[in-house]
Amino acid sequence: MEILVPILTAAVRSGTPILYATLGEILTEKVGVLNLGLEGIMLLGACSGFSVAYFTGNAWLGVGAAFLVGAVMGLLHAILSVTFKGNQVVSGLAITMFGTGASSLLGRTMVGFTIPGLPKVPVPYLSDIPVLGKVLFDHDLLLYGSYVLVLFFCWFYSSTRPGLYLRAVGDNPRAADAMGISVDKNRYLYTMVGAGIVAVGGAYLSVSYTKMWAELMSSGRGWIAVALVIFSIWNPARAVLGAYLFGGVEAFQLRLQAAGTTIPAPILMMLPYVMTIAVLFVIAIRQGKGIIFGAPAALGTPFYREERD
Amino acid sequence: MERITKRFAGVTANWAVDFDLRAGEVHALLGENGAGKSTLMNVLYGLYQPDGGRILLSGREQAFSSPRDARAAGIGMVHQHFMLIPSQTVWENMILGHEDLPSILPKKDVRRRILDLSDRYGLAVDPDAKVWQLSVGEQQRVAILQMLFRSARVLILDEPTAVLTPQEARQLFDTIGQMTAEGYGVVFISHKLDEVMAFSQRVTVLRKGRLVATVATEATTKERLAEMMVGEKVVLEIDRPAMAPGRTILECRDLRVLGDRGFPAIRDLSLSVREHEVLGIAGVAGNGQQELCEALVGLRTADRGRVIVDGEDLTNASPRTFIRKKVHYIPADRKGTGLVANMDVKENSILKRYSARPVSKGGFIDWKEVASFARTVVSRFGVNAPSTETPVRNLSGGNLQKLMLGRELSDSPKAVLAMHPTWGLDVAATKFVREQLLAQRERGAAVLLVSEDLDELLSMSDRLAVLCKGELMGVLDAPDRTPVETIGLMMAGTPLAEIEGAEVSA
Ligand SMILES: Nc1ncnc2c1ncn2[C@@H]1O[C@H](COP(=O)(O)OP(=O)(O)O)[C@@H](O)[C@H]1O
Ligand SMILES: [Mg+2]
Repeated sequence: MEILVPILTAAVRSGTPILYATLGEILTEKVGVLNLGLEGIMLLGACSGFSVAYFTGNAWLGVGAAFLVGAVMGLLHAILSVTFKGNQVVSGLAITMFGTGASSLLGRTMVGFTIPGLPKVPVPYLSDIPVLGKVLFDHDLLLYGSYVLVLFFCWFYSSTRPGLYLRAVGDNPRAADAMGISVDKNRYLYTMVGAGIVAVGGAYLSVSYTKMWAELMSSGRGWIAVALVIFSIWNPARAVLGAYLFGGVEAFQLRLQAAGTTIPAPILMMLPYVMTIAVLFVIAIRQGKGIIFGAPAALGTPFYREERD
Repeated sequence: MERITKRFAGVTANWAVDFDLRAGEVHALLGENGAGKSTLMNVLYGLYQPDGGRILLSGREQAFSSPRDARAAGIGMVHQHFMLIPSQTVWENMILGHEDLPSILPKKDVRRRILDLSDRYGLAVDPDAKVWQLSVGEQQRVAILQMLFRSARVLILDEPTAVLTPQEARQLFDTIGQMTAEGYGVVFISHKLDEVMAFSQRVTVLRKGRLVATVATEATTKERLAEMMVGEKVVLEIDRPAMAPGRTILECRDLRVLGDRGFPAIRDLSLSVREHEVLGIAGVAGNGQQELCEALVGLRTADRGRVIVDGEDLTNASPRTFIRKKVHYIPADRKGTGLVANMDVKENSILKRYSARPVSKGGFIDWKEVASFARTVVSRFGVNAPSTETPVRNLSGGNLQKLMLGRELSDSPKAVLAMHPTWGLDVAATKFVREQLLAQRERGAAVLLVSEDLDELLSMSDRLAVLCKGELMGVLDAPDRTPVETIGLMMAGTPLAEIEGAEVSA
């Protein structure tokens, strides 16, 4: 058991950025907007978060800045896809390309810098639980933030009026509109907040996880999160499972590399991506059999009030 | 409403229409399909912005920029296609757009109020059921409750009886009666004269977007309303000569088909259609009709049972095999399954013959051949399109249907499956479609006709099968001599054998 603790702890830590990104994308997709810009938004979040944390000396200001930068990217996506009813896939891919390029360019001067990051805050009592205490409750506050967010979203979607309206807009915008709910307002708001949360995932990566900036440091986590949204059937609780699973695979392959196995490193590094493909494969088969529901019915489709469908 | 005008790209749906509603009355809005009834009410409900005219409420001019404003002013509308969220529960649907509820939902409270209301107006629903699990009649009750819950004072019902059994319709009118007694104003859209005569105090008739007249129901007759509605007299009576049916062409045995959600939509169904015969399928929408048709043309896999075409077992064969065996399908969903909206008339006309001679020559399409075929279809079936190069997305419902009929019926089919073929068409187009289907019957085709319009089924069918929840309630051999009440009971889930048994014992 004891040898597992470091790996599990590492799994939670490396799963956290993916968890944030997945939670943000679930929010956006539940309101009916598909944002494939995650990878770019994470990179921008990591870059802006790190630079603000470095230059102000305050890591939390970095996290806040990342959220704002993410929300601005969400705003851009919303303008293109909600107001101008553009193709959401194209707009998302454009955001990824922009984010990748912009973060590389702006981050060039910061390569090699380090910051102290966020302090560890063991949760009183809970961190004393054997095994689980160390794995789950001996981290920094930003990581705990993802727990709070999961609980919050579970409650928000099922038990609040705005949560209900959000789901209505994502499932049947025509009906929501006829019931007096503003489709556009909801879509703007949650696309922005969702992208902000994705960017916080990126900031976790640079401000807390590695405490430095490296070009392309999200290395595909944004795409993994896109897959995890489907894996989790748009359910925040299942997103936790998926994110830590991927975090675990990553932590495990890093351990193996460090231990100096004979398996070539590139093969090990492929593991998370191979697993993504495997997960999508399983989902596709089950969807084909009609087992999985939960996708917002209007996902990716713009809404025109006076047009017939 | 004064001088309301509303235009859509290319059509004027309402032209300077006046309409008024008094508290405590049922005001029927009558008109043919496409007359502009729904459009006018959608303007009142704030969904459409009028291009001209104004809306007054108790003498004060209103500017509704969205349904939210109209709802705040006490106007509620139950659309023809209900505006409900299928994946959510009844009580969740009930509070959509209800801004004065607290942000954290008082679930218990809401459910109690729903039960109170449903008791008071005889609208039984289960607040915890998911909407997609409900029958269409139940969904309508939810939609009405939704408006009552919002304490609307004016209720607009868009063709509310179109999807109900005759018994359910009567129940609905009881509810409406109770509401008007309490001072609600009800607008009731319909194109069925009998209902309008029986249940309204005043009638407004629209024709081609224009107001014909508003009259007191007492002071008019069914015949006069019919004339106002249609303009000149169009006789819808069709003539179905008696014919001896031939051999069985299309048959299914113990068929079980799963719906989109993975539950059985058709359960152990056995039916057959013969040459020179129209078999009607009656049933409230969503009781397995769509799934049945799809399984019979290879678009949906049969979970169990067999599909036999002209003696040959074609269970789960590809759609292409069915096409080759001359089984032709006219789907309800014209612009989705039936035609490719962005392709033009001539391309759509050859969607089922592109791979064979004479259209295909050595793997290439002979466009001259296509154009001449398309012209034949257009002229034989009277498709009114600017040219054969017009994308079909710009055609009206009637012309879409004629084009599709032209494509499907030009191949001398052995079997024709038609689903809601006259839905949303005006009288002339309806008549044309029905005549074409009967012409196929005369030619020797087996015709399977799915419809929600009981009158249509009764006038067209040689035999009538009634479906409820995917099960066969019975097949009537002389549908036009069967009391409508019997068919209504069957649609609501009583098997024919049981009804006949009760009659014998009574
Ligand atoms: N959203 C829309 N976009 C374009 N045309 C429309 C739209 N709604 C209705 N129309 C057209 O307006 C006319 C009136 O339609 P509608 O009001 O639905 O008639 P009704 O309810 O009387 O059957 C029809 O010609 C229809 O094709
Ligand atoms: Mg209508």
